[in-house]
Amino acid sequence: MSERARSDLAIDEVVAGYGAAPVLRGVSVTARAGTITAILGANGAGKTTLLRTVDGTIRPSRGRILLGDLDMAGRRPEDVARAGISHVPEGQGVITELTVAENLALGLLLRPRADRAAALDEIYRRFAILGDRRNRAAGTLSGGERQMLVIARAMATSPRVLLLDEPSLGLAPKVVSGVLDLIRLLRDESGLTIVLVEQNARSALAIADTGIVLNLGSVVASAPAAELARDDALRRHYLGF
Amino acid sequence: MVEFLEFTLEGLSAGMIYAAIALSLVLIWRGTRVLNYAQGALAMFTSYIALEVIDRTGSYWLGFVVAIAAGLVIGAVVERTVIRPVANKPPLNAVIVTIGLLIGVEGLAGVLFTSNNRSFPPAFSITGLSIGSVALGITRNDIFTAVAVLAAAGLIAVVFQYTSVGLRLRATAFNARVARLLGVRVGRMLTLGWALAGLLGALAGMLVTPSTFLNPNSMDGIFVLGFTAAVIGGLESPVGAVAGGLILGVVLSYAAGYLGGEVVNLFGLAALMLVLMLRPSGLFSAAPARRV
Amino acid sequence: MATTPAPERPPAGDTVSLPLRAAGSAEGRPRRRPPTLVRHLGVAVLFAVLLMLASAKLSAYRDYQLAELAAFVVAVAGLTVLIGLSGQISIGNGAFMAVGGYTGALLFLHLQWPLVAIVLAATAAAAVSGAVFGFAAARLRGPYLAGATLMLAVALPSLATRFQSVFGGDQGLGFYVNVPGFLGVNFSLSEWQAWFNCGIALIALVLLANLIRSRVGRNWRALRDDEVAASLSGLNVARLQVVAFVVSAACAGAGGVLLAVVDGTVSASVFALGLSIQLLTAAVLGGLGTLTGAVWGSALLVLVPTYLENVAQSHGMTQGTSSSVPIVAYGVVLIAVMLLFPSGIQGGLLRLIALGRRRPARNQQEKGSS
Repeated sequence: MSERARSDLAIDEVVAGYGAAPVLRGVSVTARAGTITAILGANGAGKTTLLRTVDGTIRPSRGRILLGDLDMAGRRPEDVARAGISHVPEGQGVITELTVAENLALGLLLRPRADRAAALDEIYRRFAILGDRRNRAAGTLSGGERQMLVIARAMATSPRVLLLDEPSLGLAPKVVSGVLDLIRLLRDESGLTIVLVEQNARSALAIADTGIVLNLGSVVASAPAAELARDDALRRHYLGF
Repeated sequence: MVEFLEFTLEGLSAGMIYAAIALSLVLIWRGTRVLNYAQGALAMFTSYIALEVIDRTGSYWLGFVVAIAAGLVIGAVVERTVIRPVANKPPLNAVIVTIGLLIGVEGLAGVLFTSNNRSFPPAFSITGLSIGSVALGITRNDIFTAVAVLAAAGLIAVVFQYTSVGLRLRATAFNARVARLLGVRVGRMLTLGWALAGLLGALAGMLVTPSTFLNPNSMDGIFVLGFTAAVIGGLESPVGAVAGGLILGVVLSYAAGYLGGEVVNLFGLAALMLVLMLRPSGLFSAAPARRV
Repeated sequence: MATTPAPERPPAGDTVSLPLRAAGSAEGRPRRRPPTLVRHLGVAVLFAVLLMLASAKLSAYRDYQLAELAAFVVAVAGLTVLIGLSGQISIGNGAFMAVGGYTGALLFLHLQWPLVAIVLAATAAAAVSGAVFGFAAARLRGPYLAGATLMLAVALPSLATRFQSVFGGDQGLGFYVNVPGFLGVNFSLSEWQAWFNCGIALIALVLLANLIRSRVGRNWRALRDDEVAASLSGLNVARLQVVAFVVSAACAGAGGVLLAVVDGTVSASVFALGLSIQLLTAAVLGGLGTLTGAVWGSALLVLVPTYLENVAQSHGMTQGTSSSVPIVAYGVVLIAVMLLFPSGIQGGLLRLIALGRRRPARNQQEKGSS
């Protein structure tokens, strides 16, 4: 299997959720390496549940989650992370009691020891602000800085797939566009597969290659992002603009 | 004045033991949010194991090493078998499980080693030291106690602060969910935390038991005071645990020295309630934000 | 259609009780069940008669165990209400038992009050100590509260060794109960002890049962389930907590003096830390928050250890080791029950019965259940 194909993520007819009624009812999504796939939909549609199923927190009752040709379904979260799927959860997930450097070091632990120093330098080069704040407790960072930290930390693990859950949540508009630019840059420079869950459908579709719309646990639309952005009926019905 | 010095040194020495117990409780609490009511009983058990080794081989230090190793292993086994299933249940379940462990281990010691008092050899001489004709009130064994506890605490601190394993341990303690997403094997870290706590407990047992007899209940009182020290220091803070232990040891030593030994527990209660009424989460804790 | 008056505004600090029977029901309300108090009294009277009949048939030793059981039932019932209903943990109720026991013994020794008066006074003394502690500990939560009660359990009985002249030190104080005259000269002491203790226990259980179903009981449950929400809806959290401690301490105190009735003596060693732990485990094993659970758990506590010790000795263990066998068994059972039946035996049995009937089990225990 080619290196690129190894990073393809194929979610195949996944049924999952909490308790008796499944939140996801047979969801299939394909996210290819080097692309941004935006998952959209209203609150409660199942977007976060989807990410939590892919990252291993929730065990699907049916379906497969293929990273390349490996089925991740049912594996524990730490094993899924080690396999190369890195989830940046909603609400940022910075470990506030650790310093910036320690947060990054935690991510770097998934790389071979010899590569860590170089990778850290690269991160500080790309994210200058983190370099400035490297010895400060992560809890002292602003919202936008924290978002940068969690993305940098996820990148530190050298992932194949990056799952981003609402990266723009609670951030000022200017900061949001900075974050989205960063995500687009990541796609362009590395062969990453990026899956982006966003409430803010407009901005998400602006940088995504593919758009998936979820409603009540099922996929109701799957198309190139530009097409979705043009489809007025769909936009108004499911995405609210 | 000499008395004051004597009481202070005695208090610091006893305080070291409380600090070790307190530190082991804090380790476990931070990692797994469980209060191990059996911590003292497990220390008693490893001391019995050491005594069996010492009796059979005549070597104190072999017994010492075996006790420490047993503490590590037993701590890990307990976490994996009995604590893991209740870690995500309501906190009361873990309380009952560790109390059940306390009772069961004490009973087991009674069955295996009988419940009679047995004398326990100290590591070093327990004759009082003096400078000139001034009795200092402490012994060589007390000095060893202080050194051993500080060394163990220091070693653990270094591991936590400066190694990769330590980083993973801290990440697990602060935010297990996020740590998992970064590939940290959280389960193993929890087991490791309990193993380290078991090491500290076993050490405390080895150090304190020579001055009492060894029987299945001999660590009960010490455990309660160690627990009190941990609560005084604040369960979230390892530094608080050590400080709480030393403070408590010294305060109780003054109380026993000037007012008689029977008031020790009363003073412990008074000290605890005083601290908790002023700071409900212990001296060294950050005031918790009220979740609304 | 009859009109009903608008519901009165409840006074501040009370929960708002929903008007479940709304307008128009003035005539239609079915009177199927008699009021709570009457029901509870009825059950209590029934049990009183049964126990009286049973104690006549039992040997002196069994009467003694029955009396001991009654003492524990009162103490455990108070504790199970504290933990199960108000959500506060205590590993220190043995200390309140000590207060009750010693108060009773001192009154007996110095003032020779009648037994009932002694029991009431001992209960009151324990209640006061519960209030003091509850007040001091009002801001404590979780492990901090547990730690405070643990230290209390160890420290309070040591008052007895400190002031030996007053409390009799290790030997303790004597507490001799005599069979009252109206029962005749030949009435056995052990049977009287069983009657008296069971009588007090039944009264206590009736009072607790009413309390559980009262507004205070509901407020406790609200507090237990979500302290912040309870506080925001106007409940005085600290006061509820203190009241819970007072009630459980009173029950423990009553249990302590009843224990003295049975043992004939009060000494510090009886009220050591182990007693507090036994109370806690009995409450949990029986099922938190339920009075029948308190009875179950106390029965386990009183009856099983001697049985196991006898079994061990009959298999050749010496005294030194056989006395530890029930201890091991108790510890193993606790762990096993928590792992298998997180809601205690009561809850486990209920679930098994409900599985048999294919009905979802009434969820009697909240705290401590999975």
